[in-house]
Amino acid sequence: MTFFAQLFITGLALGMMYALIAIGFVIIFKCSRAFNIASGQIVMIGGYLGYTFLIPLGLPVWLAIVVSAAIGAVMGLVIERLAVRPLLGKPALALVMMTIALAGALDGVAILGWGGIYETYHEVLPEITLTFGAVSIPPSSLLGLLVSVVIVAALLFLFRFTKIGLAMRATAEDEPVTRGLGIKATFVYAIVWVIACVVGVLAGILLGGVSGVSPPLAEIGLKALAVVILGGLDSIGGAILAGVILGILENLAAGYLDPMMPSGGGLANVFPFIVMLVVLVFRPHGLFGLKRIERV
Amino acid sequence: MRHFSSSFAHSYGQDMALLRTRTQWLLLVVFLAFIFTVPRWASNSFLTLATVIGITIVSAQGLNILTGNCGLVSMGHSAFMMVGGYAMAILTSQLGLPFVLAVPVAGLVAGVVGTIFGLPSLRIKGFYLIMATVAAYFIIHWLVLQFRQLTGGTEGMALPPADLFGWSIRSRENYFYVVIVTAIIATLVAKNILRTRIGRAFVAIRDNDLAAEAMGVNLFRYKLQAFFLGNIFAGVAGALSVQYYAFANVEQFPFFDSVWLLGMLIVGGMGSVSGVIYGVIAIKLLQQLAVKIGPSLAEIVNPQAAVGLSLILPSIAIILFLIFAPRGISHLWERVRNYYQLWPY
Repeated sequence: MTFFAQLFITGLALGMMYALIAIGFVIIFKCSRAFNIASGQIVMIGGYLGYTFLIPLGLPVWLAIVVSAAIGAVMGLVIERLAVRPLLGKPALALVMMTIALAGALDGVAILGWGGIYETYHEVLPEITLTFGAVSIPPSSLLGLLVSVVIVAALLFLFRFTKIGLAMRATAEDEPVTRGLGIKATFVYAIVWVIACVVGVLAGILLGGVSGVSPPLAEIGLKALAVVILGGLDSIGGAILAGVILGILENLAAGYLDPMMPSGGGLANVFPFIVMLVVLVFRPHGLFGLKRIERV
Repeated sequence: MRHFSSSFAHSYGQDMALLRTRTQWLLLVVFLAFIFTVPRWASNSFLTLATVIGITIVSAQGLNILTGNCGLVSMGHSAFMMVGGYAMAILTSQLGLPFVLAVPVAGLVAGVVGTIFGLPSLRIKGFYLIMATVAAYFIIHWLVLQFRQLTGGTEGMALPPADLFGWSIRSRENYFYVVIVTAIIATLVAKNILRTRIGRAFVAIRDNDLAAEAMGVNLFRYKLQAFFLGNIFAGVAGALSVQYYAFANVEQFPFFDSVWLLGMLIVGGMGSVSGVIYGVIAIKLLQQLAVKIGPSLAEIVNPQAAVGLSLILPSIAIILFLIFAPRGISHLWERVRNYYQLWPY
C-alpha cells in the first residue's frame, strides 16, 4: 500500500507538470487553431535559462524566474511575429510543419548556446519534505505540485475574470465575429503565444530544478501531447485532468509492470504514447474535446 | 506539367513519356554520368555523403507517396526505417538470406508494420494522425529494445558482409553503386505509382477526402495502400542503411530523422518526385555545411557548435521555404524554366 501511495503521489506531481506543458499547447490551439509541437523545446530552453541565471550569474530565485519569464515572453512574441503570423490563413498542416521546424531550431539554439550539456541546480530550490505516515513527498514533487497549482489557478483567473481573457475566449469561439466586434485577433494570437511561452519557461525552470536539464528534456513536450490528446485538444480542464491521470498511470505502470518486462522495462517512456494511440483509435476527440462530426 | 509548342506530343506514347525533350535527355545523361563517376574522383567524405543522400532519397520517395501525395503526414518514418533495418539484420545474420533477397523482404516487413500503424488513419486525420505516427515511433523504438534476444537491445547487432551474385559489395565504392541503382529504381517506381489509378486516388484523397469518397474512392483501402507502399520504401532504405554500416542500432534511426524527411519534402516541393531529390540534396548539403563550419565556430561558442548548427541551418531553411516558397524548389525550378522557355514574352 505504501508503495502504491508513493507511486501515486510522485505520479500526481509528474502529472501536474505534464498538465502545465499541455496547457501551453491547449491555449494556443484554442485561440488560433495552431498546433504547437515545439512546446517541449520551449520547456527545455526555460530550463537552461533558469540554470544560466541561477548558477553562473547567481541571481536570487525570484529574480531569475522574473528574468526568464521576460525572456520567454520575448521569445513568444518573436515566434508569433516571424514564424506563425506569415502562415495565417494557410493550411493547418503548414503551421504544424512550422512548429516542427521551430522545434529543430530551438534544439539547435540550446546546443549552440549551452553546449547540450546536462545541467542541474537542485541545490538552489527550497528543501521541504512532507511525510504522511510511511509516505513521504520528495521536495521536488511537492514544489512541482505547488507551482503547477499556482500557475493553473492564475491562468484560470486570467481566462475567467480579465478583459484579455474574455477576448481570448471570444476568439476561440468565433474569430471572424470577434474581429467584427473590434477585437484585434492578431493581438490575441500574440498574447496567446506569450502566455504559452512564459508557462513553458516556468515549467522548464521547475523541471530543470527537479530532474536537471539537457536536450532530451524536450521529449517531455511529446508526452505532453499525449496528455493533450487524452484531455481533448481544446479543453484546459481536460488537460489538467488528463495530465494527472497520465502522470499517475505512467508511474504505476513503471512501478508494477516494469519488473515483468523481458529486458528491464523503461515503460515510463513509452506508456503515454500507448495511451495516446488507444485514445486516438477509440475516442479521437479525447475526454472533453469538441467532437467534429463528418459524414460522407 | 505545362508543355510548349517546342514539345508537342504526336502520340499517346509521346504524351506519357517521362522525358520529352532533347534537353531533358541531355541533362539526364550528364547527371547520370556525374553520379556514376563519383567513386572515381570523390574524396572519402564526399562518397559517404553521396551514399547517405542516395539512401535518404529512397526513404523520402516513400514519404512523398504517403505525405506528399496521399496527404497522410507521418512523423514515424524513421521508425519504419528502423523496422526495415532490423528485419534486414535478422534476415541476413540469423537466417542467412542473401542481400538481394533480404532487402525486398525487409521492405515488405516494414510495409506490413506500417500498414498496421496506418489502421487508425481511417478514423483520424491531420494532426491526430501525426500524433499517432509519433506514438508509432516511440512504441516501435521501445519494442526493439525490449526484444533483446532478437534485436540485441541497446547493443545492436552486427551484419555479415554482403555479396551481390558473387560480386562483393563490401567496399564503399561498390556499395555506392548499389545504393544509387536502388535510388534510381525507387524514383522510377514512385513516379510510376503516382501516374497510375492508385496515384490519382491518392491525390484525390489529399485534396478532399470526403469528395474522393463520394466519387467512389475507397478511402480505407487507398489509405492503407499508401501506408504500405510508402513504408516499403522506408524499409528498403533502412535495410540499405544498416548494411552500409554493417551494424543495426536504434541510434541510427533517431526521431528527428522523420522531421528532416518531412522538411526535405517541403524544401523540395510536396508531392513532386523530382522535388524529393532536390530536397534531400539541399537539406543534406546544409547539414554538411554545418559540419564543415562547425569546428571554426566551436572555438568561439562551444565544442558542440557543429551539432547545434546542423539542427539550426536546415530548420531555418524549412521555415523560410514555408513562408516564402511553400511549393518548394521544384516549383521554383519550374518557374525558371517557364521564364526562359517563354522569353522574350
